[in-house]
Amino acid sequence: MFDFLSQEPVRVVLALLLTFGFLIGSMLILLYLERKIAAFIQDRHGPHHVGKWGLLQAVADTFKLLLKEDVISANVDRRVFIMAPVVFFSPVIAAFAVLPFSKDLTAINLNVGVIYLMALGSLDVLGLIMAGWSSNNKYSLIGGFRAAAQMISYELPLGLSFVVPVMLAGSLSLVDIVHAQDHYWFVLIQPLALVTMFTAGLAETNRNPFDLPEAESELVAGFMTEYSGLRWAMFFLGEYGNMIVVSSVAATMFFGGWHGWLLPGILWFLAKVYIFLCLFMWIRSTLPRLRADQLMSFGWKVLIPLTLVNLVVTSFVILLLPDAYQLPLGIISWALMLAFVFSFRRVVFPRRVSKSLEFRRTA
Amino acid sequence: MKLIEHHPIESKVAGLRTEEMLLNMGPQHPSTHGVLRLVLQISGETVTDVTPVIGYLHRGMEKIFENRTYLQGIRYTNNIDYLSQMINEHAFVGAVEQLLNLDVPRRAEYIRVIVDELQRIASHLVWLGTYLLDLGAFTPINYCFRDRDEILEMFETLGGSRFNVNYMRVGGVLADLPMGFLGRLEKFLHRFIHTVDELEELIGGNEIFEVRTMNVGRMSPELGIAYGISGPCLRASGVNFDIRTFRPYSIYPELGVVPQVEVSGDAFARYQVRMNEMRESVRLIQRAIEGLPGGPVRARMPHLLRPPKGESYYTVESPRGEMGYYLISDGSTNPYRAKVRPPCFVNLQILPELLRGARIGDVVSVLGSIDIILGEVDR
Repeated sequence: MFDFLSQEPVRVVLALLLTFGFLIGSMLILLYLERKIAAFIQDRHGPHHVGKWGLLQAVADTFKLLLKEDVISANVDRRVFIMAPVVFFSPVIAAFAVLPFSKDLTAINLNVGVIYLMALGSLDVLGLIMAGWSSNNKYSLIGGFRAAAQMISYELPLGLSFVVPVMLAGSLSLVDIVHAQDHYWFVLIQPLALVTMFTAGLAETNRNPFDLPEAESELVAGFMTEYSGLRWAMFFLGEYGNMIVVSSVAATMFFGGWHGWLLPGILWFLAKVYIFLCLFMWIRSTLPRLRADQLMSFGWKVLIPLTLVNLVVTSFVILLLPDAYQLPLGIISWALMLAFVFSFRRVVFPRRVSKSLEFRRTA
Repeated sequence: MKLIEHHPIESKVAGLRTEEMLLNMGPQHPSTHGVLRLVLQISGETVTDVTPVIGYLHRGMEKIFENRTYLQGIRYTNNIDYLSQMINEHAFVGAVEQLLNLDVPRRAEYIRVIVDELQRIASHLVWLGTYLLDLGAFTPINYCFRDRDEILEMFETLGGSRFNVNYMRVGGVLADLPMGFLGRLEKFLHRFIHTVDELEELIGGNEIFEVRTMNVGRMSPELGIAYGISGPCLRASGVNFDIRTFRPYSIYPELGVVPQVEVSGDAFARYQVRMNEMRESVRLIQRAIEGLPGGPVRARMPHLLRPPKGESYYTVESPRGEMGYYLISDGSTNPYRAKVRPPCFVNLQILPELLRGARIGDVVSVLGSIDIILGEVDR
């Protein structure tokens, strides 16, 4: 019998369709989750009018966006303006191709999967710059350039953090990385890489506290200012898609991907991904936003040196103890991470006591 | 109208010509607190100059006072600083009482101070919530508004309206405290003092909040005094200037107000001053409740007020600074001239001084920290 599913083109098309369905489905769930989690944190109810417990709120929102008038301002660079959301959105879908949802559910087991993900991540920024430039709006322009600076800077710590699990697994393929975690999850021996990767991921996805490109209190909506309706929805979808990708990569590289007990692998994978997504939402509801220059100095002066140190230490430990590197590496990494977390306040953002000496008390 | 000179600047990179950009922020903008328009001159992310453009909410309040009787005027004070209605009413009726040379029953004075301080808490809560919203944290506003709502509900029992209460009268207040008000108030204060600690722990201990506010928008006391700044902004710069102690009114001298002063003069100091003022307000209300005397809440007054010829200026400490009402009476039923001394209008002037050289992100941080109410700036 002709094995239909083993044909590569068929698999790719099927995977794309599934990905798109998965993305749209997750989008609806995430919209609802985002609102409910924010509401829970903020001591209020959240949506409860549309459908039972407001479950249909996301559907209603989607229809609202679909039915909205598509406004294109008179002085925009039309072609670039129309293309920008597509350019932003397509790498996000493409990234799903290499994610190992379960042992058998991976579109392509690409042997350079990690590099492929990095490459797609860098493409994202192009869409944002296009949107910011073509809108012919100063807020959009500032938002677009902030996005460019931010995403290019944070690509480095993201990539450097990716290298650590790659070294541990000895492969660039995401499937192999999951297989390498048959006995233990990499988070146990490399928590620091997870923290740096997730922090850089927050910046890559333009989420709080790094949501400067669309900082609504400063730039109205940043690069999205001139967009409305479906085009706006594509940016929104892209942002959520990016979140899913970052969460999936975190789950794959550090939390053993589909590994788990009793339940099928895909459920384990999705559960891990959703825990990370909830973390995204928790952070969004908790933290204020950094300033642009503080964001850059945090990226270049803290995150990149930290990931570099971690990388060097990890490679030396693996080099010196090729057979039993797990335990020493785990101890070193946990110690480094705890030291970082506890010294965070003093080292990263030293509490500068305002210079009050020049002021004199009057009256 | 050419607001700011436009001139290209030399770039550090040879051969690249860069220009400063004029960014029009407002009057329709999420964080200009109403309808303020800021014309920012920016060079990259750095702000080189700012011109605040005001007047979008001008309603001719002072002229409105001239066309209303004194009693009708009280209601319009609510729309001047729409976050501290009670304190505005207090200033207005205080000015009229000064014209009449009237003694207000002591119970009325106590009630006035209680509602004034409640209003101060409510106003600072709104400030805190919206300030954090400006900085990108969208949770605190819900906590702040939850507690503010309790205050507004208590106001509703006083005057029948949550927001524009119209509670003060010349010679006293509209009516005595309703039954159960004091119990509810005490319960609220008991809970609220912990809420302030909770808010301070959640917000003040946050590293991102600290880097966004510390050393941002530094104001020296000399500069503040030169610009006529008052209220928490000036006290955050180390100047002990509080109308409640400097030019005491009502029963504040008996309650023993402790002005809250910080010395660093940055946005974080202004935050600290306001947080401490909320605690101080709770203490003042508790002391006022302890000493609340009995008796009437309103002096006997004619139905139509005709103050004798003369003029009066009465100041109170509003949550934003020195709020004063200046009235001239020609002996008729309406004021001949009314003038408001708005703290926000004066405080706003210093914005360009504080913002030169700051980043775009600092614009909202500094603007939020000086806490302007556009209804009061434009009147």
